[in-house]
Amino acid sequence: MTIKLGIPSKGRLMEKTFDWFGERGVSMSRTGSDREYAGAVEGVEGVQLVLLSAGEIPRELAAGRIHLGVTGQDLIREKLANWSARVEELAELGFGHADLIIGVPSAWVDVDTLDDLDAASAAFRSAHGFRLRIATKYHRLIRDYLREHGVADYQLVDSQGATEGTVKNLTAEAIADITSTGETLRANHLKILKEEPVLRSQATLFRSRVAEVDAAGQFALTTLKTKLGV
Amino acid sequence: MVNRTETRAEALRLKSIFEAAGAQSVEMDILQPAEVLLDLYGEDIRGRAYVTSDALWGEQMLRPDFTVPVVQMHMNEGAEPACYTYAGEVFRQQEDAPNRANQYLQVGYEVFDRANSAVADAEVFSLIRQALGDLPLRAATGDIGLLMSAVAGLKTTEARKAALMRHIWRPRRFRWLLDRFSGRLEVPETRAALLSADDPHLSGGPMIGLRSKSEIDARIDALREDAAVSLISDAEIDLIDALLSVRESLPAALEHLRDIAVDMPSIEPAVERLALRMDAMSDRGEDLETLDFEASYGRTSMEYYDGFVFGFYDQSRADLPPVATGGRYDALTKVLGKGDAIPAVGGVIRPELLLGLERGEA
Repeated sequence: MTIKLGIPSKGRLMEKTFDWFGERGVSMSRTGSDREYAGAVEGVEGVQLVLLSAGEIPRELAAGRIHLGVTGQDLIREKLANWSARVEELAELGFGHADLIIGVPSAWVDVDTLDDLDAASAAFRSAHGFRLRIATKYHRLIRDYLREHGVADYQLVDSQGATEGTVKNLTAEAIADITSTGETLRANHLKILKEEPVLRSQATLFRSRVAEVDAAGQFALTTLKTKLGV
Repeated sequence: MVNRTETRAEALRLKSIFEAAGAQSVEMDILQPAEVLLDLYGEDIRGRAYVTSDALWGEQMLRPDFTVPVVQMHMNEGAEPACYTYAGEVFRQQEDAPNRANQYLQVGYEVFDRANSAVADAEVFSLIRQALGDLPLRAATGDIGLLMSAVAGLKTTEARKAALMRHIWRPRRFRWLLDRFSGRLEVPETRAALLSADDPHLSGGPMIGLRSKSEIDARIDALREDAAVSLISDAEIDLIDALLSVRESLPAALEHLRDIAVDMPSIEPAVERLALRMDAMSDRGEDLETLDFEASYGRTSMEYYDGFVFGFYDQSRADLPPVATGGRYDALTKVLGKGDAIPAVGGVIRPELLLGLERGEA
């Protein structure tokens, strides 16, 4: 059998992943037309390239339909409950850096810490009759983080895009999102809480702990890992 | 493994014990409006319960427990005093403990009675313990009311007490607040800068969103007031720590708590309530020496309990959840009763676990 390796199917993440593998003697390329999601691997026998959306790679790893996959740590932790039992981190790839942060209006001069956010949430709820809304697509990560730190009286509202605009549009009071430079936040009059980020994430090579591997597959996997030095 | 038919039969057997004790059998909807539970428990409940929705009724939750719907039913239509029993599935996500069941039967017994809380507490405890039969289970008890009284009696501002009271069930933030109010934690730099600024808004951006400038000003005023009042004394913090670390047999704990109450008179009424409850338990034939008391018991997992709390555990199986739990939830009836309130206490048993332990198959 061949080992299936899931790689993000487009953009800089794909190119940088190709580069990272290329530097280690495993060259990858897209095959067919630019629009066709197929690829080839050279340098190791028995490894098949599967091009997928980065957001689907956690699910495919957890289901065991791919053996290896490159995606962000943020997506793995958000999408997979009990993630460390289902996938193994083989290597951080050193790109795709992003911090998951909580942002509030920069006009909130009284809110810089989680303690402030908690107190502001309590006051907000009693003034407005509903819990302070935090717009995010990282529901699990943010909920776990806020529970861990004992923040109450907030609610998460789903936002799958343009999250930084929700405060101005009055659909949320605060946001939680991935940022690398903070530029979009500043442009939308938001600031980052002065706490450690909820999560520091980067592109990472994961191995599925549940995907079935026969002897030939195991050989290919070991050869690839040796070559990559992971 | 215990099969479902056997579990159901065991649940009905347990329920009949509660019915024989005078409880009225009630049924509750499996789908509950999510809003009530979200308002009560906050966003955390989404990680513990199953939420679903439809276009007509909005968000619905598969009942994570019976207590809330039973209280609602009682507050809407119940006569007093009242006593209910039920048996049915509850649904809980188990992300952190994948080996635990995410749906299981609960059999419960709930008492709404204004007459004598100590007697009602003892009644619920004893009835549940007897229903558990001869299994050698460890009984843990506690009383959230002690900590609440201690907080209410602190020599500090109402605002600080309210902040601590709000986090009674979140030990980590509770501790953080205590440390800050007592000066054990330094004031964060950002706050120091805010409080010393002539015009705190100067550093801020344009006003956006629903939280208004006057709300921000109100919080700055509150922070200024708080910075001006004196710290909670080390002696008071030590007493709270002493209270929270009480963990021994029930009679020894009572003596210990009475010692603490000498320096902390605010907990005296709560300690005497504990003593009355112990008398009532003794009257029911409970051997108090065999019961553990832990002052911190029930602070993390039982959010609506505000008085007596208890749980029964198999000591050799730390991996298993408690076989039965319960407690007093007077405040919950007030929240759900829209102004009305009635003292209430209850408990639940997990029949599958009970049967499994009895057969050594859990």
